[in-house]
Amino acid sequence: MTMPFYVPPEQLIKDRADFARRNVARGRPVVALEYEGGIAFVAENPSRALHKISEIYDRIAFAAVGRYNEFENLRVAGVRYADLRGYSYDRTDVTARGLANAYAQTMGTVFIQESKPLEVEIVVAEVGMQPEGDQIYRLTFDGSVAEEKGFVAMGAQAEQITTALQERWQPGMALSSALIVAVEMLSRDPAGGTPRTLAPSQLEVAILDRLRPRRAFRRLTGPLLERLLRPDDPTTDVPHTDERRTGMHDTLTGEANQDPGPAEGSAGPPER
Amino acid sequence: MSQAQGGPLGSGRLPASFLTPGSASFTDFLAAQAAHLLPGGRPVPTGTVPQVPHATTIVALTFAAGVVMAGDRRATMGNVIAHREIEKVFPADEYSCVGIAGTAGLATELVRLFQVELEHYEKIEGALLSLDGKANRLSTMIRGNLGLAMQGLAVVPLFAGYDLDRELGRIFSYDVTGGRYEEHDHHGVGSGSLFARGSLKKRWRPGLDAEVAVRVAVEALQDAADDDSATGGSDGDRHIYPVVATVTAEGYQRVGDEQVAAALASIRVGTP
Repeated sequence: MTMPFYVPPEQLIKDRADFARRNVARGRPVVALEYEGGIAFVAENPSRALHKISEIYDRIAFAAVGRYNEFENLRVAGVRYADLRGYSYDRTDVTARGLANAYAQTMGTVFIQESKPLEVEIVVAEVGMQPEGDQIYRLTFDGSVAEEKGFVAMGAQAEQITTALQERWQPGMALSSALIVAVEMLSRDPAGGTPRTLAPSQLEVAILDRLRPRRAFRRLTGPLLERLLRPDDPTTDVPHTDERRTGMHDTLTGEANQDPGPAEGSAGPPER
Repeated sequence: MSQAQGGPLGSGRLPASFLTPGSASFTDFLAAQAAHLLPGGRPVPTGTVPQVPHATTIVALTFAAGVVMAGDRRATMGNVIAHREIEKVFPADEYSCVGIAGTAGLATELVRLFQVELEHYEKIEGALLSLDGKANRLSTMIRGNLGLAMQGLAVVPLFAGYDLDRELGRIFSYDVTGGRYEEHDHHGVGSGSLFARGSLKKRWRPGLDAEVAVRVAVEALQDAADDDSATGGSDGDRHIYPVVATVTAEGYQRVGDEQVAAALASIRVGTP
């Protein structure tokens, strides 16, 4: 029978924080940034089924890095929290702030009480009716919350990306410019060498579209994403109506054979 | 359990049940978390039920591209008109709609729960339920209401949707015990359904186009309003028209009041 060693609480907290921080920093980065018509999320993720970016509620999205099973649990809990709250009160009473608080309490409790902290870092974002109403909250493994203005990066090289974004990000950017900047950030080489080339198929991209009346979350793939990421293409924004095709309407591909709609290609600020 | 946490919506850590992987059903989650929010989850008091508003006639019919559903705008309470602008046809999700007859208060609650149920599944599973799956879920929810139905507070919805696998519109009717019956071609529920069904039987043809299908639905409601005092006719002076919706491969779409008014006008002049 071995005697348990005495570990001072400072050391215990530090060990747990180091453990979680190290593992979170291993995850491929995710960037969330505001653009003129909403909030965009970009992650390097070749999987089409295991998402790092997801819808929580009408105007709220979730992005995460770290251990998949852990943040998937948090995502499901968030959907349950939001749907329960929206059903008990009203859909407008579900807010990113409330959800961020619930996550913070949960992650904080796990950090102190469970045998190991959650190895995740998450972002909860809500798109407002006006750009001033946009909210981005970043939550770390120990339950601390930070409200970020404009943009946020998580995962590997989060700090370097944040520093770089401070120079590159501007309020009121077009979606295409915001995505191009975000992809540039993800393809940086940590050692400072030549950046990698990330094809659109290696990316998971989603937006919260301010102009949508109810569910604002849409994934972007296919030709539409390719056009948005090509600097010489005139496409700067996405259509605000769904594509005419069967299946779930949460993805915009630009493939459907339809008239592009007035919004596509318009560079001006959205009319309200 | 949930009450101990300051209610399911209180701040603080998300309860463990939120973080448990498993069911994608919101109703099941609600039953475990806050059963008092379920229509059938409350104890039924004894005694006679006071008069409450009742919703009346709903019709649905298939056409070439999908289904049309229409409902009048009247709610009655005994011999009194409780409401003359009530809406009784709702989108259940992108590819289905539900119309309600019976106790208006419980029926709208049931529809709200059903809408959240379908969206919840969609978000958690990342896939749409099959049309049969949706119809069965509704069945279970009506069955949960049996206690209230035996007190005279019955809810009898009509469910219709576009089956993405079979590529056609389908209609389901229900009884108060949750019995689910697939209807072919057309159907009606509610107090005026006797007259509406007669009208549908004569007017419906296989492979109708959308415009004619809307006209047939509106005409059936007019026939019901003619002979059933609990079914409201259209009221052009106050711009109160039946709620008409189509569900096709392109999703749920509410038919505009102008088109409904035009359909009504064409019935009056006797266009075949």
